[in-house]
Amino acid sequence: MAFDKMELKDIEVWDGNHAAAQAMRQAQIDVVAAYPITPSTPIVEGYAKFKADNYVEGEFVMVESEHAAMSGCVGAAAAGGRVATATSSQGLALMAEVLYQASGMRLPIVLNLVNRALAAPLNVNGDHSDMYMVRDSGWIQFDAFSPQEAYDLNLIAFRVSEDHDVRIPAIINQDGFITSHTAQGVHTLSDDVAYNFVGEYKPMNDMLDFENPVTHGVQTEEDWHFEHKARQHNDMMTIVPGKIEEVFADFEKLTGRKYNKVECYDMNDADVAVVCMGTSVETAREVATEMRAKGIKAGVVGIRVFRPFPFFEIAEAIKDIKAVAVLDRCAPGGAAGTLFNEISGSLYNTDLKIALSGYIYGLGGRDLTKAHLVDLFNELQANADAGKVLTQQQQFIGVRGPKLAYL
Amino acid sequence: MLEIRWHSRAGQGAVTGAKGLADVISTTGKHVQAFAFYGSAKRGAPMTAYNRVDDSVIMNHEKYMEPDFVFVIDPALALTTDVTVDGKDTTKYIITTHMSTEELIKAQPKLEGKEVYTLDCIAIANETIGRPIPNTPMLGAFMKISEMYDIEFFKESMQRVLAKLPQKIVDANMVAIQRAYDEVK
Repeated sequence: MAFDKMELKDIEVWDGNHAAAQAMRQAQIDVVAAYPITPSTPIVEGYAKFKADNYVEGEFVMVESEHAAMSGCVGAAAAGGRVATATSSQGLALMAEVLYQASGMRLPIVLNLVNRALAAPLNVNGDHSDMYMVRDSGWIQFDAFSPQEAYDLNLIAFRVSEDHDVRIPAIINQDGFITSHTAQGVHTLSDDVAYNFVGEYKPMNDMLDFENPVTHGVQTEEDWHFEHKARQHNDMMTIVPGKIEEVFADFEKLTGRKYNKVECYDMNDADVAVVCMGTSVETAREVATEMRAKGIKAGVVGIRVFRPFPFFEIAEAIKDIKAVAVLDRCAPGGAAGTLFNEISGSLYNTDLKIALSGYIYGLGGRDLTKAHLVDLFNELQANADAGKVLTQQQQFIGVRGPKLAYL
Repeated sequence: MLEIRWHSRAGQGAVTGAKGLADVISTTGKHVQAFAFYGSAKRGAPMTAYNRVDDSVIMNHEKYMEPDFVFVIDPALALTTDVTVDGKDTTKYIITTHMSTEELIKAQPKLEGKEVYTLDCIAIANETIGRPIPNTPMLGAFMKISEMYDIEFFKESMQRVLAKLPQKIVDANMVAIQRAYDEVK
């Protein structure tokens, strides 16, 4: 069936949801199975409209839940098609069981995860609880800090995930509302250029290839389960990082926009630095520039690839920094904070002596203001001058009531 | 950096208005941001929307804003909420009301000493578009007060932004924008 191409301006004013939906349209997906949930609803709603308006050739399957949405994606991917969907928060929680099926079956599926808090209390706004919840599910995880990056990383994710040496599903995170519902200028690619970058889908071990029958979703028990999981991890650690770099490089050649697994901003001569994810990275960059005018050599590290976690790149990025703050946008649930723990782990067997402190912030969409970040950089400078963390290791930013600090 | 805060009720088109304005400004080479606080996301609930405009890429994603302009597109909100919160000495207020500017300031003392402009976007929208959607009239008033663009250029741009609507509705919006431009004071 013929479908129409869409004329786009070089710069379109799109929010993160629309940017993701447009990239999905341009990738010419065979099957999208989806169930709506705030704040990711406009992605699948927008995609369904493209379908209704004849801009999409593939199938759009409306299902009864997120569990069914990901199950549909697993079935379609195993059958041999390009597959994607979107969700948030509770929807991801319901999907979680099937996420492990998808990665264990080595099915390349692209999932737009618009980050939102997990209930209770019920909250539709952004934090990274859902991203962290599936951190060990065996999916590649990219993080977009803006609508432009949500668009770009969608195109990149298909390439990485579907590579025959990879065959691992990929999540593209973006901040609920702060990216998903914030319209900004997005540099677009034409439909042809975007599709040529993603490339034609090449099936592998597809169930509809009757000449070469295969089994999917097997039971293995003690005899083989461990080997399968070990191989999955091995490929995440040894194949995926190089493939991501390769696709990032190709994307830069095409667009001039350069992505890195760890995004460094003013880090070369910095004394103090903030490590964070999502839109906070961009706000922190703006504040870091302002701190330099006040004599504090501030830098920012943004985590672009959360899984596989870039241990060596992080250690390299902060090795000469005197004081580093790691920001976690998720209730730590009795621990130090996921990102804090990852970065501690990446530094442990090095000789580095960095004053490392952790901060919990922004839960349920609580604003991270520039004023918060100014205070934070000043606190880091005091740590840098003292050569140690002067506060408790874990603090909270922007929560009402008495100051909270632990560890 | 130019910053605008919209006060609206969900369903009155503040988000569409903010995104439409961002779209127009983006075509002139500036960088834009348009976003909103949805709160409980129920139709009729008070909400705020925001625009940022700058010559370079906008990296600031904080919700906190000390606006240069405050748009109030629902007539009750100037009275029942504090639309001057986080305002600066130089903040300009464009407020939808059936009252005169003097009457409004008398009814809401927080506006005393502020640079306040008024017009009745609801009446204009009802009489032109046929529905109380006050977003495009507010933008017409903004063009007058800010002198950001020539009104003819702005109307041409808005025709493109609204192109997916029936021509009759687009034409009615153009009349609404022009009337607001002429009537704000």
